[in-house]
Amino acid sequence: MTQLWDFAGGIHPPENKQQSTSRPIRPAGIPERLIIPLQQHIGQRAEPVVQVGDRVLKGQKIADVRSGLGVPVHAPTSGIVESIGEHPVPHPSGLADLCVFLRPDGEDQWRPRSPVRDYRELDRDTVLGLIREAGIAGMGGAGFPTNVKLSPPRDRKVHTLILNGAECEPYITADDMTMRERADDVVAGLKVMAWLLRPERCVIGIEDNKPEAAEAMRKACEGTQTEVVVIPTKYPSGGEKQLIRILTGLEVPSGGIPADIGVMCQNIGTAVAVARAVFNDEPLISRVVTLTGGALREPGNVDALIGTPMSYLLERAGWRPEQVGRLVLGGPMMGFTLPDTEVPVTKTSNCVIAATATELPAPPPQQPCIRCGQCAEVCPMELLPQQLFWHARAEEFDKAEHLNLFDCIECGACAYVCPSAIPLVQYYRFAKGEIRVQRAEQAKADRARERFEARQARLEREQQEKEQKRRERAKAAAEAQARKRAEAEQATARDDAGEVDERAAKAALVRQALERKKARTGAPAAAEPPDLEALEKQWLQARAKLDTMQGLLAEAKAKQADNVDKLERAVAKNQERVQRAEQALNDARQSLQNPSQTTH
Amino acid sequence: MAFVQQSSPHTHRARPTSRVMLWVILATLPGLLAQTLFFGWGNLINVLWCVGLAVVAEAAVLWLRKKPLSVFLRDNTAAVTGLLLGLSLPPLAPWWVSAVAVVTAIVIAKQLYGGLGSNPFNPAMAGYALVLISFPVAMTTNWPEAAMLFQGAPDFADTLARIFSGTQTAIDGWTMATPLDEYKHKVATHTAAEILRHPTFGEGIARGWEWVNAAFLAGGLCLLALRIMTWHIPVSFLAGLGLMSLAFGSNPDQHAPLSLHLLAGGTMLGAFFIATDPVTAATSHQGKLIYGAGIGILVYLIRTWGNYPDAVAFSVLLMNFAVPFIDYYTPPRTFGHHKARRGLPSRNRG
Repeated sequence: MTQLWDFAGGIHPPENKQQSTSRPIRPAGIPERLIIPLQQHIGQRAEPVVQVGDRVLKGQKIADVRSGLGVPVHAPTSGIVESIGEHPVPHPSGLADLCVFLRPDGEDQWRPRSPVRDYRELDRDTVLGLIREAGIAGMGGAGFPTNVKLSPPRDRKVHTLILNGAECEPYITADDMTMRERADDVVAGLKVMAWLLRPERCVIGIEDNKPEAAEAMRKACEGTQTEVVVIPTKYPSGGEKQLIRILTGLEVPSGGIPADIGVMCQNIGTAVAVARAVFNDEPLISRVVTLTGGALREPGNVDALIGTPMSYLLERAGWRPEQVGRLVLGGPMMGFTLPDTEVPVTKTSNCVIAATATELPAPPPQQPCIRCGQCAEVCPMELLPQQLFWHARAEEFDKAEHLNLFDCIECGACAYVCPSAIPLVQYYRFAKGEIRVQRAEQAKADRARERFEARQARLEREQQEKEQKRRERAKAAAEAQARKRAEAEQATARDDAGEVDERAAKAALVRQALERKKARTGAPAAAEPPDLEALEKQWLQARAKLDTMQGLLAEAKAKQADNVDKLERAVAKNQERVQRAEQALNDARQSLQNPSQTTH
Repeated sequence: MAFVQQSSPHTHRARPTSRVMLWVILATLPGLLAQTLFFGWGNLINVLWCVGLAVVAEAAVLWLRKKPLSVFLRDNTAAVTGLLLGLSLPPLAPWWVSAVAVVTAIVIAKQLYGGLGSNPFNPAMAGYALVLISFPVAMTTNWPEAAMLFQGAPDFADTLARIFSGTQTAIDGWTMATPLDEYKHKVATHTAAEILRHPTFGEGIARGWEWVNAAFLAGGLCLLALRIMTWHIPVSFLAGLGLMSLAFGSNPDQHAPLSLHLLAGGTMLGAFFIATDPVTAATSHQGKLIYGAGIGILVYLIRTWGNYPDAVAFSVLLMNFAVPFIDYYTPPRTFGHHKARRGLPSRNRG
């Protein structure tokens, strides 16, 4: 006997399953027109690969996802592509999405098929490719591409593969009937998945209200390692996290996926689809749908082509439209209502309930919460539903999040037992939606702020760089000025005026200073008899320098060099000097002629 | 064709609040029956009077608050408040004492705080505490001597006259101290054996009271079996009271014995019908255990060292104060988490 664990909470709503298990699975037939949505999985929408007017064969790919997450979509039967356009799809929002409209030609002609003789001879990636090409996405409800799920990252070794046959929602019997009638397909698909994952343990979990299914699975699993485990009936034991807990005692960490703890859950219908894809080369073009509810004369399960309008199925099940109170897609606990019957069957549609108004009556008016705590008693995630409700209603989303709002699986157990008839799940959905919007806005605002801050920083940096450059330029200019001045002055001091040598400039300055000192201290020396020879030499030297300077100036002018001004000034100075030297020479000559006139 | 659009879940199989309250009312009937059998018509008259007044008071306030009477009056919550007051007030308490208690409970403790679900304090106990403090004499001298109905107890008309007109002629010497009161006041000067000779104790633990408490216990167990409430508060209440009694009052010559604590006074009524008021109790299982144990401990403390012979009302109100604090520290661990997230979200997160 396999050890079983229990999960907290849970409820026992009336099962209402016997209505749809009295008949075997019937083929639903081919409707006049198929409406095939292109987004039936999580990820990118498939893009059509056929044109309007094309004739397609059964199983032919009509749309594919070229890049990103997703799986292709196939023609469920042979026929003509009538159009491609928007049509309401089964989604809680009731919005329309892109669909391919196919007019069946009634021949139901298959495309050429090439089934794999022995998948074990192929490598795993090829088998995963087969599963992807068959358009298989989890048929339990989420529609996650199965090939991606079956190739977890290397560090997430799956030790337990679970086939979810719990089917805990009332009314739904699609998996139950599949296990009863197609047990071998289920096991074959499970074997393929087990071959891909190499788990240590394979378990099929079935609630104890489905003894026939459990028996059929046991028979089909004879001689294999697969365990068929019958678990107590309690909603929501078929929730992934709950089933894992029941069968392994492990808890999927908050925010994590089962692969984090080495477990994977697969759906019964998905297993059948995998088996058909690998062994028959049949893509996922039909599924078992439970048609039930008090407004149907012949409730039961049908094998319906993907794209079959609900109205077609309901009519063939003998529905009495005037009795329908609400039309639910999925189960009564987590399903959503359909606005009309024109929406098509998709890969994830497991059940349609045409319920009378007495069967699923309108909820009584909401009353104040009396904090009775029934909701917390039944919550399978061990949350505090009433606190979440208070916070959601008060729009204190941070507090709701703090109380782990996002761990809520929206199973509806709390609302089911609420004595005040508060639509609790609706409040949680509202809060989650608001938080997601806020997060998106926050992220957007953060990005904007980051961009703004980056821009500010850049502007500041540029400003600083500019400033720096300006300072550097000013410094360079000052240095150049000083250098040029020095140059110029050096030029006055030395004959070698063209040299721009700092040392020379300094030497010139020193010399100048000495000259000035000499000029000051040399005043009394003037009383001495002037050295005519020296003065004459000085005058000649000054004349020679002036000539050189003038030559330089002419050259600079010809080159339009930027030291023209300087040179001009230097030339002017030298001219003065030449004049002064000439003057001094003349004075000296005169004083030598009449020394008595010498004063001082 | 358009059908009803509704958010899941689409089925709802709950006991509505009104039915929950009805079960609570039904579960008190054994206790009321025992009270009537052992103490005469007083409690029954009180209950009818209080329930009627509570419903009228509720209707008046709802009308003033412009709330739909048809919805809110049908939830039976006002009736339960009145019922609990009728069961816990002294059987011969004059009509105006009950009236003050009921009006306080419904108008002030419940409706002024926002009505059903919004009141922080147990309405019945708020009303009870008010009259206990305001009219101590009326609240302690109107406990009748235990006498089997039709076997010595005053008849219905006499009781009615006593309650509504205050005449005492026909029933002179008919009242006596309750067992808890008697024990408390005698224990300092008498031995246990001497105290227990007093007729209020009868041959068992506390004449009449033991049956009343047993009947409330039985009714409470029915509510547990029906899953109207969980076991946490009653069990922790009784455990808190019992452990205190064992720890501090094991000598009957010094303190009232455990049997008296459990089966006299309002113990079982308090544990199963008053402390379990969901609106004013703690939320999580752990919180409920703390809340219940706190009430049990306070009941013992006040009964033993306080001024009042019984203490359910004060204990419940004191723990009502503590409920937000308890809830703050006792959220359950959520599935898939290692630890419970206590307290409030930190502001500087992220």
